[in-house]
Formats: sequence, structure tokens, C-alpha cells
Amino acid sequence: MSALTLRSRRFRVEREADWRRLEALLAKGEGGRTAALSVDELIALPLLYRAAVSSLSVARAISLDAALIAYLEGLVTRAYFFVYGTRARLRERLVRFFRVDWPAAVRTLWRETAVSAAILTVAALAGYLLVSRDADWYGAIMPGEMTQGRDPTATTAFLRSVLYDAHQQKGLSAFATFLFTHNAQIAILAFALGFAFCLPTALLVAQNGLSLGALIALYASRGLLLPLTGWLFIHGVTELLATILAGAAGFRIGWAVMFPGSRARLDAVAAAGRTAGAAMAGVVVMLVIAGVLEGVGRQVILLDWARWTIAAVSLVVWLAYFYAPRPQRGR
Amino acid sequence: MKPGARASSPLFPEPKQERAGSPRSVGAPGSPATPAAPFLRRLITPEGLDLRLTLASAGERASAYLLDLTIMAAALITLTILAIVFGLAVGEEGQEVIAMIWLLGAFLLRNGYFILFELSGRAATPGKRGLGLRVVARDGGRLTAEAIFTRNAMREIEVFLPLTFLLASSVAGDPVDGVMASLALIWSGCFLLFPLFNRDRLRLGDLVAGTWVVRVARARLLADLAAGAAEGAPRFVFTLDQASAYGVKELELLEEVLRRRDRQALTAVAARIRTKIAFAQPPGETAGGDPKGDTDEAFLTAYYGALRGRLEQRLLFGHRRRDKFDKA
Repeated sequence: MSALTLRSRRFRVEREADWRRLEALLAKGEGGRTAALSVDELIALPLLYRAAVSSLSVARAISLDAALIAYLEGLVTRAYFFVYGTRARLRERLVRFFRVDWPAAVRTLWRETAVSAAILTVAALAGYLLVSRDADWYGAIMPGEMTQGRDPTATTAFLRSVLYDAHQQKGLSAFATFLFTHNAQIAILAFALGFAFCLPTALLVAQNGLSLGALIALYASRGLLLPLTGWLFIHGVTELLATILAGAAGFRIGWAVMFPGSRARLDAVAAAGRTAGAAMAGVVVMLVIAGVLEGVGRQVILLDWARWTIAAVSLVVWLAYFYAPRPQRGR
Repeated sequence: MKPGARASSPLFPEPKQERAGSPRSVGAPGSPATPAAPFLRRLITPEGLDLRLTLASAGERASAYLLDLTIMAAALITLTILAIVFGLAVGEEGQEVIAMIWLLGAFLLRNGYFILFELSGRAATPGKRGLGLRVVARDGGRLTAEAIFTRNAMREIEVFLPLTFLLASSVAGDPVDGVMASLALIWSGCFLLFPLFNRDRLRLGDLVAGTWVVRVARARLLADLAAGAAEGAPRFVFTLDQASAYGVKELELLEEVLRRRDRQALTAVAARIRTKIAFAQPPGETAGGDPKGDTDEAFLTAYYGALRGRLEQRLLFGHRRRDKFDKA
């Protein structure tokens, strides 16, 4: 009787060295940097992985060594995710995101974007009409801490000073940072709330529109409409677009939850979530830009026409970036 | 014999049959659903192998999350202390930069911690790594950056929204505000407890991003017990009948007993097996009475080898004997 009577034991003895090698390579590679592996090791890894896959398959069929099968299942699973996991470098992924994925995701959301924009516009109109009829509405629409003294009781001189006050030049970048983090958090919340059947997202977008309309009505009543638009839209174009897109992304998810169409609800929601997520990641970038424009640009640039120019240019750039037809790249 | 008849014979099973069908077939072919089976999910690799992933339990998920929260809190406290210390040190001029760094750091921590760690090769935060978990796309494909972003952006309504309402309900002065905030808390609490109410243990974020969280065991390759059996072979010899007394379930239990090496359990199990198979002690061996105390272990190891050999032999002929009651 030889020492290796059991087939399953012979099977293990013959292959054990390969498994151990695969395990060592994985431990090295999983440390984070694929660069840790040499070229030879990178070539060997998929081969070892396939060998381990076949080992597991055979072991399940012929071996009753539970510990061995558990080990192989763990090893093959780890190797599977290493071999088939994401491999593109961060830079390539970023370039691809800004060149292709983000604008494509935004274009796919065009219906939701239209709805979101409509809600914002209607709410802004409503806010404008309400406040211009009866100034008391202003207090009801604007949250107290947002007015910073800009309310119907303020003098025209004060309202004007807000528009051109260069603040103190200090504190600008911290202010910009605060604006960005605050707005981004709200936008992410609006996106996530889409899951609750769109309604809370719609409310958040509408609230934005209402306060916009109320502010415009207040300044218009003092004949300060044109200066206000410069002050508002220098960053507002970017920020409002971001708000609209965040709302649209939320709507896409909520809509898939309610009306999954021909697919299973889970699949429909997952597909919607991915598209919306891509658009939403870009919204955070937009809000960084808006934060810089608001916190720094607006405080430094005091000329109306310069503010309008920036507003117009940003509108054209964003719309062209998202919606302009681009040449089909044949590849 | 017709070719068709041959294809359907048990000796030549069609590979498809094994894979298609009910969720029960995720277990080992022909074996009954083990207690862990409700959490087994299939993932067929391009090579056609089912990886049989195990979903993480709600407890593991919660522990991992708490671990991550602890790390985040520690990081935030460190950041704040550093900001205060440096803020005092640099005076008026530099405070703005420090305020910026703090704001951005806190924002990045709240939104980026999960995303950045899950984007890494192991697709797991330190908490998940600690518990041996990772995030996986439900469809078995690649885990995309969008999915990771989405699943973590949803934390905003799963955790931070309930927290906000919790704070609001505890500080509300007006009773009406208090009631409203409590209702809002209950509403948002549903999102938090979502994983407990579906069989895939999906968090809201998992649901929307098309992901789930599985266990990735880092099992060590343990020594083959059959190697010990081969050494012990001359000491104990078993007849075919004796080697056929049990099934796979008992074999796995025996393996567990042998690996744990608890003296009492070894003695008890050895005694029961000796009785069951009516094993006659070879001359010079006494049950459990060896001065070195290893007779029982040696006997069990030898019997393990014999039983496994017999069962594997039958496995090769297409029959997997589940347990000792499986007479076929």
C-alpha cells in the first residue's frame, strides 16, 4: 500500500505548490499596487488562477476533504476578483469619466432634467409672484439664517451694498469651501431622497426655486434687478444647473422604483442607480466650480458686465459640454 | 444503446442540469441544503465555475459599519485637534487656510471615506476588511465607480437623515415640532432597517447600486488529515463493511473533531465508532488506555482515512452518500 492511496490526497500533493504560489501573489497584489507584481508574476497569475479554478472544480467532484474545499473556494474567489476586478488606472478612469461617461449619463437623463428644470422654474415664478404681491411671503419662503439681513425691511442702500460689498478680502477661500461643502451635501441628499418616490427631491428643488424667486422679487421691487442678476448668476448658472441635475438623478431612481417597466424592479432600480450615480458624481464637481465662483469670483469681480459675461459663458460651456452632438469615434 | 439514452445516464450527467434550476442547487451537487444555504449565492465565472458566494450577515455588516464609524470619528477628532493646535500656532493669517482644510477634510471624510476605500482593489473599507467582507456587483460583473458612488451616496438618507431627525426631535421645543420630527424619524428609520427585511440583506444603497456584500474567507490550507491516516495504516486495518458505516456528514464531523483535538471528544467519538463498526482491537492496542494517550486519535485518524477513501471511491462512481442513513 503506497503512502498516496487516496486519489484526493495525490490530487492535493500534486497541485499544492501552485495554490500556495497563487496565494502569495494575491497577498502581494492585493496590497494595493499592481505595480508590486513583476511582469513574470503578472503573466503567471491568470494561469495560476485558471489552474485553481479547475482544481476547485475537480475537488468538489472527487474530494471529501472539507478543509481543502473551503480553502480552494476562498482562494479562487479572491483570485477571481483580482483577475476580473477593475484594473483601469485612476487617470484613465477620470479622463474617460469627463470625456464620455458623465456627459452621456446627463444626456440619458434629459427627460428627468426637463422635469426638474420645470419644477425649479415654476417654483421661482411662484416665489416671485407671491413676494411681489405681498412682501410678507418673503419671511415664509426664506429660511431665517439665509437672509443675512436681506429682507423687505432692509434699506435699498443696504441691499445694494450686499451686491458689491467685497466682504473683507479675507476669508474668501474658507467661505467658498463652506459654500461648496454645504451645497454638495444638500445635492447629495436631494439625490438620495429620490428613492422615496421622487417627492422629497421635488420639494428640495422647489424650495430652491422659491427662494430664488423671492430674492429676485425683493431686489426688483427696489429697482436693483439687473445688478442682482449679475451677483446671482455668476455662480448661479453652474449651481442651479447642478441642482437641476441632482434632482434629475434623484427622479430617475424614484421613477424606476415606482415604474420599473418591463424589467424586474431590482434590475430596473440598479440600472437607474448607476446612470444617476454617474451624473451625480459630476454634480459634485460642478458644485466645486460654483463654490469657487461664488466664494472668490463674486467677491473679487464687482463689475456687472464682467459678472454677466461669466454667467453667459458658463451657461454656453455647460450646455455645449452636455448636449452638443459629438463626433462618433470609430473604434 | 441509443446515444440519447447514454447522455442522460447518471454516469454522464449533462453539466447544464447541475447549474440550472432552483436556488437549492447552489449547494454541493446532490447534497441537502446546509443551514448556511439561505445565504449562498451563485456567481458563475467565465470559466463556468460557480463560486458559491456567502452573503454577509446583518450582524457582520453592522459590526463593520461600527468599526468604520469609530475610525471616522477618530480621524475627525484628530483633524479637529490638529486644526485647533495649528490654528493657535499660526495666528490670524493662516487660520483661513486651516479652516479650509478642516472643512474639506470633514467633507471628504463624510463622503469620501467609503467611496475611496471601496474603489480600491479589495473593494472594502477597513471595517469590512476586518470582518473579511467585500462589495460585489450583483450581476457578477465589474464593480463600477458609479455603483460605488451611488451605494455610498444613499447613506445620506439611511444614516444622516435619521440622525438629523433624531437631533431635531430631541431638541424641539414646540410639541408639534417634536411630534413631526418623531414621525420623520420613524419614516427615515425604515431606510436604516431596510437590510433586515429582505433575504439578500441589501442596504438601500446596495439596492440602488446593484451591489451586495459577501464574505471572502481567507482560509488557511490546513494539513491533510489523510496524510496522518497513511502513516497509521499499518496499525489499524478496516474491512470494507467497517469503512462503509458512515456518510459524508459524519466524515465532516469526524474531521472537525480531529482538527479540534479535544481529548474528551476524541475518546467519546472513538468509543462510539468502535462499537458501531464492532472493531476488534489489534494486539497491543487498548482503547483509550495508551500511556501516550494517542491511541484514540491514531484510531480515529486511521478510520478517517479509510472512510474517506471508501466514500470518495463511491463518489467517483457517481454516488455521494449523504449520511449514515443514506442506504442507496
